[in-house]
Amino acid sequence: MNLWRTTRCAALTALLLLVGVCASVPVSAGGGALTPTIAKGKGDKCVAPTEYMRRNHMDLLDHQRDDTVIDGIRTERFSLKGCVSCHAVKGEDGRAVTVKDERHFCASCHLYAAVNMDCFDCHASRPDEAKKLGALRKKSHARDMAVLKDYLKGAER
Amino acid sequence: MTDLVENEGGGCCSANNGTTSGTTSGTGSALAGSSGCGSAGGGCGCASQDAMPQTRRGFMKAGAALAMTTLAPGVTLYSFGAGQAEAKPADQAVTSKVRWGMLIDASKCDDGCTKCVTACSTENGWSDTGNPLTDAQWIRKVTVRDRDQGKETTLPMMCLHCAEPPCVDVCPTGASFKRADGIVLVNKHTCIGCRYCMMACPYKARSFIHEPLEDQKEYSPRGKGTVESCTLCVHRVDEGRLPACVETCNASAGGAMTFGDLNDPNSEISQRMAKFVTTEVRADLGLNTGVRYQNI
Repeated sequence: MNLWRTTRCAALTALLLLVGVCASVPVSAGGGALTPTIAKGKGDKCVAPTEYMRRNHMDLLDHQRDDTVIDGIRTERFSLKGCVSCHAVKGEDGRAVTVKDERHFCASCHLYAAVNMDCFDCHASRPDEAKKLGALRKKSHARDMAVLKDYLKGAER
Repeated sequence: MTDLVENEGGGCCSANNGTTSGTTSGTGSALAGSSGCGSAGGGCGCASQDAMPQTRRGFMKAGAALAMTTLAPGVTLYSFGAGQAEAKPADQAVTSKVRWGMLIDASKCDDGCTKCVTACSTENGWSDTGNPLTDAQWIRKVTVRDRDQGKETTLPMMCLHCAEPPCVDVCPTGASFKRADGIVLVNKHTCIGCRYCMMACPYKARSFIHEPLEDQKEYSPRGKGTVESCTLCVHRVDEGRLPACVETCNASAGGAMTFGDLNDPNSEISQRMAKFVTTEVRADLGLNTGVRYQNI
């Protein structure tokens, strides 16, 4: 009797746990036929809660664009450049994909929702790789110089 | 009077043609004496009416600025007396306390040098696409000739960032606008591509984008159906850096370009303008250009 009760309790707990796990799986990450596959951005969290961003990102961008163009306010938080760089999705060639690719963060959802966006008629839809490469080169140059310095120091001795 | 005789790095000055003609590579189109040219070079050679006016008002303004810096240290956007751009905090709007301007010394501008044009093109992502009639040109080298004495001078021409810009006057949507710090820009979010501003500009400084573009520079958005022109590298200026053309000219060419705050009597550009005779191209139009020339 006691054993039976324990087993039933354990089974119930397992079932509850299973239901809980199922419920916590985000709909968007399912990759199922009905929902878009949205790539995860860099870092822990977005500039605002995800639910809020889903509903209001367009207003934030709209507000920011006037501030930036007209008043020269260039804060990072709601800048399109920030979105594009944080949510970049790498393609096969190692470079971030452009908005023409359906894996692109913005495109994945906008294609699904059939909402046209014209941001990327003018704006770059992937981060500036050249800049990154330049920074990388600078870094490796600094490393080379450090090695050379150490070597010369050794030679002096 | 001076005459526009040829172009280097693109762009002739056919006054009757609505489009910007010439290519960025086409040097020496030999337009000497040809009809329709000369509008951009006109109005030169007049005495300097644009050296920083040393009036009582200017003196009072200078005094006020100095007082403000001493009263509230660290609060002012721009330090007093700085010769060039200084970074403004990213979260603060630009103000009319500064007016950005440029002084180009034509005597230091080499004949065949187009480094400023290349620097601008690289920085902002516009280039020769093989369609000379429609390609964008933010800056071009032109040669002007004194009609009487035949002296030729080459100089870069771009948006002159007028204080009274005709392009802003005619824009039906308000997309063509002047920022508080004097930089004349196109707000591409509201530009409908009507090109009135291109017709209104006496310097042929603006271009229209005819083809869809890809992989623009992330700090310099450009797109089909909108008008564009020199932004005085506004993205760099806001960070306290110099415009790309000025930086390149100073670093690897004749050092013909000086960039700075026209409102600050102690800035290098104001000091130069107070000392030397400078010329406003088409001064007769009374546009009070932010980009001025010396030795033409």
